[in-house]
Amino acid sequence: MQVKLPAMSPTMEEGTLSSWLVKVGDVVKPGQVIAEIETDKATMELEADEAGTVVSLDVAAGTDAVKVGTVIAVIAMEGEDVPSAKVAPTVLSEEPTETSATVAVKADAPAVVAQGAAQTHFDGPTRKQTVREALRDAMAEEMRADNRVFVMGEEVAQYQGAYKVTQGLLDEFGDKRVVDTPITEYGFAGLGAGAAMGGLKPIVEFMTFNFAMQAIDHIINSAAKTNYMSGGQMRCPIVFRGPNGSASRVGAQHSQNYAPWYASVPGLLVISPYDAADAKGLLKSAIRSEDPVVFLENELLYGQSFEVPEGEHVVPIGKARLYREGAHVTLVSYSIGVGLALEAAAELAGQGIECDVLDLRTLRPLDEAAVLASLKKTNRMVVVEEGWPVCSIASEIIAIAMEKGFDDLDAPVLRVTNKDVPLPYANNLEKAALIRAADVVAAVKSLI
Amino acid sequence: MAKAAAPTAAKLGATKAVTGRWDAIPQPERHIPSQAEYREYYRMMLLIRRFEEKAGQLYGMGLIGGFCHLYIGQEAVVTGLQSAISPGKDSVITGYRDHGHMLACHIDPKTVMAELTGRAAGISRGKGGSMHMFSVEHGFFGGHGIVAAQVPLGTGLAFAHKYRAEVMGGEAGVALTYFGDGAANQGQVYESFNMAELWKLPVIFVIENNQYAMGTSVNRASAEDQLYRRGESFRIEGLQVDGMDVLAVRGAAQVALDWVRAGKGPILLEMKTYRYRGHSMSDPAKYRTRDEVQAMRDNRDPIDMAKKEMLELGFADEAWFKEVEKTIRTQVTEAADFAEQAPEPALSELYTDVLVGTY
Repeated sequence: MQVKLPAMSPTMEEGTLSSWLVKVGDVVKPGQVIAEIETDKATMELEADEAGTVVSLDVAAGTDAVKVGTVIAVIAMEGEDVPSAKVAPTVLSEEPTETSATVAVKADAPAVVAQGAAQTHFDGPTRKQTVREALRDAMAEEMRADNRVFVMGEEVAQYQGAYKVTQGLLDEFGDKRVVDTPITEYGFAGLGAGAAMGGLKPIVEFMTFNFAMQAIDHIINSAAKTNYMSGGQMRCPIVFRGPNGSASRVGAQHSQNYAPWYASVPGLLVISPYDAADAKGLLKSAIRSEDPVVFLENELLYGQSFEVPEGEHVVPIGKARLYREGAHVTLVSYSIGVGLALEAAAELAGQGIECDVLDLRTLRPLDEAAVLASLKKTNRMVVVEEGWPVCSIASEIIAIAMEKGFDDLDAPVLRVTNKDVPLPYANNLEKAALIRAADVVAAVKSLI
Repeated sequence: MAKAAAPTAAKLGATKAVTGRWDAIPQPERHIPSQAEYREYYRMMLLIRRFEEKAGQLYGMGLIGGFCHLYIGQEAVVTGLQSAISPGKDSVITGYRDHGHMLACHIDPKTVMAELTGRAAGISRGKGGSMHMFSVEHGFFGGHGIVAAQVPLGTGLAFAHKYRAEVMGGEAGVALTYFGDGAANQGQVYESFNMAELWKLPVIFVIENNQYAMGTSVNRASAEDQLYRRGESFRIEGLQVDGMDVLAVRGAAQVALDWVRAGKGPILLEMKTYRYRGHSMSDPAKYRTRDEVQAMRDNRDPIDMAKKEMLELGFADEAWFKEVEKTIRTQVTEAADFAEQAPEPALSELYTDVLVGTY
């Protein structure tokens, strides 16, 4: 029987084989832990399903980036012949065809990374970091600098974060400043807002923004309106953060982009970064702000790596960023949509169509000037949004283009979004409902 | 069975069946005030009463708009409690029936009345209105319009008090979190109770039970209508207090403050009180009889009862009461005149204070 690396979370595509707890020739029992696997979220124990004898260990302990589905061991079940033992190799075994295909597609599009990197160069030294690590560093640095800053939420402390974003914070800052809450979103969002009114600077983590619907009264009525209603004398400097948007195969109630909801509320700052450097720099700005911030992350981006400047790195709120330059059409996006826009732009470049890719980064206040400047240059615009089309950020961009950039428009502004349905579970339906780079390519071509 | 019971009982003896029941909180006593204290309580209750009567008049004249919830009848609650805390050190938060709380926090009645009339000189610069008033300087954190939202917010204020003391080396303080019998049925109240006790936060939850959540009486809405018991499943001790007797309130406040300041976590005070007016100015109050209201006014009025007792104690004579009445009427009239004459906010104020920073 082949033992393949299982997917241990909805978003896990690969893992690290941390250690083997058995050796070739061992007899294993059902439920016995045979290996430790480091996933994108946690260290998991891999158990044997059935009794048998270990024939071979095909992936060496310590191997990184083992794709889900890779054969990592062979166990001969009782009654099966036990072939002569194989020596554990030190290299990866062959990947399953499907995974290889995915990698091949990615390898075809190095322009995405190259172009992106060209636009994102930083003056000083950088290092590669995941979005997850960048967010953690932003919180840790601000907590070191200001003892009013604390983190609260479900599983943020002892569990090290449901998505490992708060990993290590409990050890460094202790349980007074890294606070595990009961499952009580309405309650702890209100408690956090009260603590902010009382002079602290809370970072409230929602395990996902889907759960923040339970707490939205405090985000909007308590946090966003306080400064205005008090004539500027009572503030509520709080950061509500967590993953937003679709994850992978988690169904309608766990897959929604709330950016348009929060971005419609005066009194809030709404930030939704794409890469790790922005995630870090913008979260630091958010924590330092005296205003309430909704900081929308994306679970599928947590594990992606980008160059992040070494040392202090702060990104101003309210400033969009031109991620890639091109003269023919502007792609406006934010969060995970930026990755799709870059992918589409790379493909279009191969066909002679050059795109400006504008990452909004902050959704309230929106950088209208950057949107209009790019439109003035390209005269064509497509908005790329991983979310519903109706009353969306895309709708708002279109309104801005129409009201303030009408004379610069050579074609209608198009929106490429998810389909206007609750997100389905079935693999094929989910794929059909979510935005794809190919849709962006098609929309751009329809304009040229 | 009956036969066997007696010898069994003899063998087992009379042991307690329950070991987990606590009864730790001391029984509060009516506060024994000095003459100066009692006179101050009286002055404050009368100020709130006359202020609210005036607000009602201004509402009738169209000078106050929107919702306006008067505190008339409930004056002893906030007066007794606020007299016991340390102003500036402790914090206070309540719902939308908040005028009395602000006066009891010693906030200038002029700025409160000017907020009711929506003027630039109002405490929220005319942008909050009756339900949304704040004074961080006086430790008053609102003034919140969503029923029960102030309960987690107040629990957060308590969290901040504890955090400042433990993490930042600051001074300890207590958060007084007021809410009504209607709010007591909101889920977020119990989410707050859970965290407050779990983390032993210094918060006094004060349920001002004025018997009616808008038009719904407590026993029509509450499976457990003895609201002081609402904290039991969170191990929060509760006391039911005569909220029409300022000295009873003051006595209970002291016990509650001692409890919370000793680090024992939250405590719940149910103040049995009564509002004479409708829920808001637009409520005709058809859900209760005139006789019921009149009986409360005649027999249980907090101000009349205090006056009677003060006369008996020799703490004041009729001349003193007359003088106080005159002084307070003058003060309230001045506040109303100010609120009527002060200019509305400049139109440029429309766009100020949306955000603190510039982005």
